[in-house]
Amino acid sequence: MEFSPTEFVKETVQSVQDYSLLAGRSVANLFLQPRYFADMIQQADLIGFGSLPIVVLTGLSIGAELALNSANTLQRFGSLSLIGQLVSVGMVRELGPIITGLMVAGRNASGMASELGSMVVTEQIDAMRALGTDPMKKLVTPRVVSTVFMLFFLTIISDLLGLFGGSLVSVFLFRLDWRQYWNTAYQILVFQDVFMGLVKPLFFGFIIATIGCYYGMTARGGTQGVGRATTQAVVASSVLILTVDLFVTKFLMAVFAYR
Amino acid sequence: MAAPPTAIEQRVPNEADAAANIVVFENVSIAFEDKPVLDGISFRLAKGETKAIFGVAGSGKSTILKLTLGLLKPDAGKIHVLGDDVTQMRENELFDLRRKIGMVFQESALFDSLTVRENVAFRLLEEGNVSEDEIEKPVREALSFVELEDTVDKFPSELSGGMRRRVAIARAIITHPEILLYDSPTGGLDPVTSTTIIQLIVKQRDVYKTSSLLVTHRLQDAFMMATHYFDRKANEMRPLPPGAPGEVPMAFLILRDGKVIFDGDAHELAQSKDEYIREYIS
Repeated sequence: MEFSPTEFVKETVQSVQDYSLLAGRSVANLFLQPRYFADMIQQADLIGFGSLPIVVLTGLSIGAELALNSANTLQRFGSLSLIGQLVSVGMVRELGPIITGLMVAGRNASGMASELGSMVVTEQIDAMRALGTDPMKKLVTPRVVSTVFMLFFLTIISDLLGLFGGSLVSVFLFRLDWRQYWNTAYQILVFQDVFMGLVKPLFFGFIIATIGCYYGMTARGGTQGVGRATTQAVVASSVLILTVDLFVTKFLMAVFAYR
Repeated sequence: MAAPPTAIEQRVPNEADAAANIVVFENVSIAFEDKPVLDGISFRLAKGETKAIFGVAGSGKSTILKLTLGLLKPDAGKIHVLGDDVTQMRENELFDLRRKIGMVFQESALFDSLTVRENVAFRLLEEGNVSEDEIEKPVREALSFVELEDTVDKFPSELSGGMRRRVAIARAIITHPEILLYDSPTGGLDPVTSTTIIQLIVKQRDVYKTSSLLVTHRLQDAFMMATHYFDRKANEMRPLPPGAPGEVPMAFLILRDGKVIFDGDAHELAQSKDEYIREYIS
């Protein structure tokens, strides 16, 4: 088929509009009846508890790798004792939220897109509408609320395990004092660091769920379409997380007149 | 000699009787990706009537049902369902209307993460303020109607195609809707199972007398419905005596190239001189 720039622009604008509507409705539904608390709790369990193993493993690994890689440079300047500060600031401000966001995006944006996409192609979404239930309220809003809520706590867990991973490397490989590591790691953190690190997962959670649901709800073309929606959901949510992270970081730095 | 079929134009309802009919289509057109699927079709479904919509694959049969439910919006024309103009209603207004309509989807569209009980009770549970105990009776009744009481705790994946179709019928009838829409209920089923499904639809039609639209690509199914009735004493479908009308009026609507080429009863259909129709009924 011949490529038409006009059609491409039209489709892109239409997609952005549809996504914005879905994202807006997912929030507006919080203020409308009925609210599906049981579905929210079920999704929180699937998204939060289900993602725990990968968040634990990646958090631990990233913290340990950060310590391992920075130790060499710090050693050259005789500042190995600063390793706790470096891991702490790196994990809490940036790596914890980003890695957790990307991991949860890989696991749950794909899961949501494939689940909702399958429901679309097997007419289950139409059946739900036909039975008088709004799929936006029943399926999308609980996923958005649960992902935002759970990603916040998963990020805290990831931050702590990152620090713990860094401490293992510092103590067992570089013979640093355990207490010194944790003291420096704790003392370097200021309110702005923690705030920045905990605001980001709220944005990332919203991106993961809305992108996953958007690609799922707009899946077309049978099982192949579901596969395509799943891939696109992971790619789009990952790219959006990294892009939004840049802007949120810059914005918060400007707000806090940050170092 | 039988009277000739009424011209389609004469069947187009006017504004006044739009509200008196259960479903009214007025010059409805819809196209997908610039390809017209329905091109100015008009028909009406009277209260208590069952209308079989026949057409080849891609003729827009299922689209008519989705338009009736407001799941799709037409490009042109008006659709009145139970007196409401669904083309002018917003999605949240349509949910109330849809609660009065039951639909059996082409591939059943059962929720695969829910059990048969939860699927059948979905509408009751969604309407809220009912306990698990309160839903048990209507669920058992609906499943008993389709003779599948023993599947209540199973998941749709554990059922055969025919059983899934029967559960879908139970899900559609549990709240005794005012309209029933069947989308190719026998599609993809073997002849024996198809007859079982048709028998259930005839049973529903004759016992509850719900106004229904039935989409099918198998004209023999629609003819079987027109020529049989449900014997409640024997609990089975039986042929009507020759020439005798059924308890419930049964009509046929035939689509071709996005237009209605026939709208009338079985007798009128048998008398039709249209070559396309004759090809199918011969």
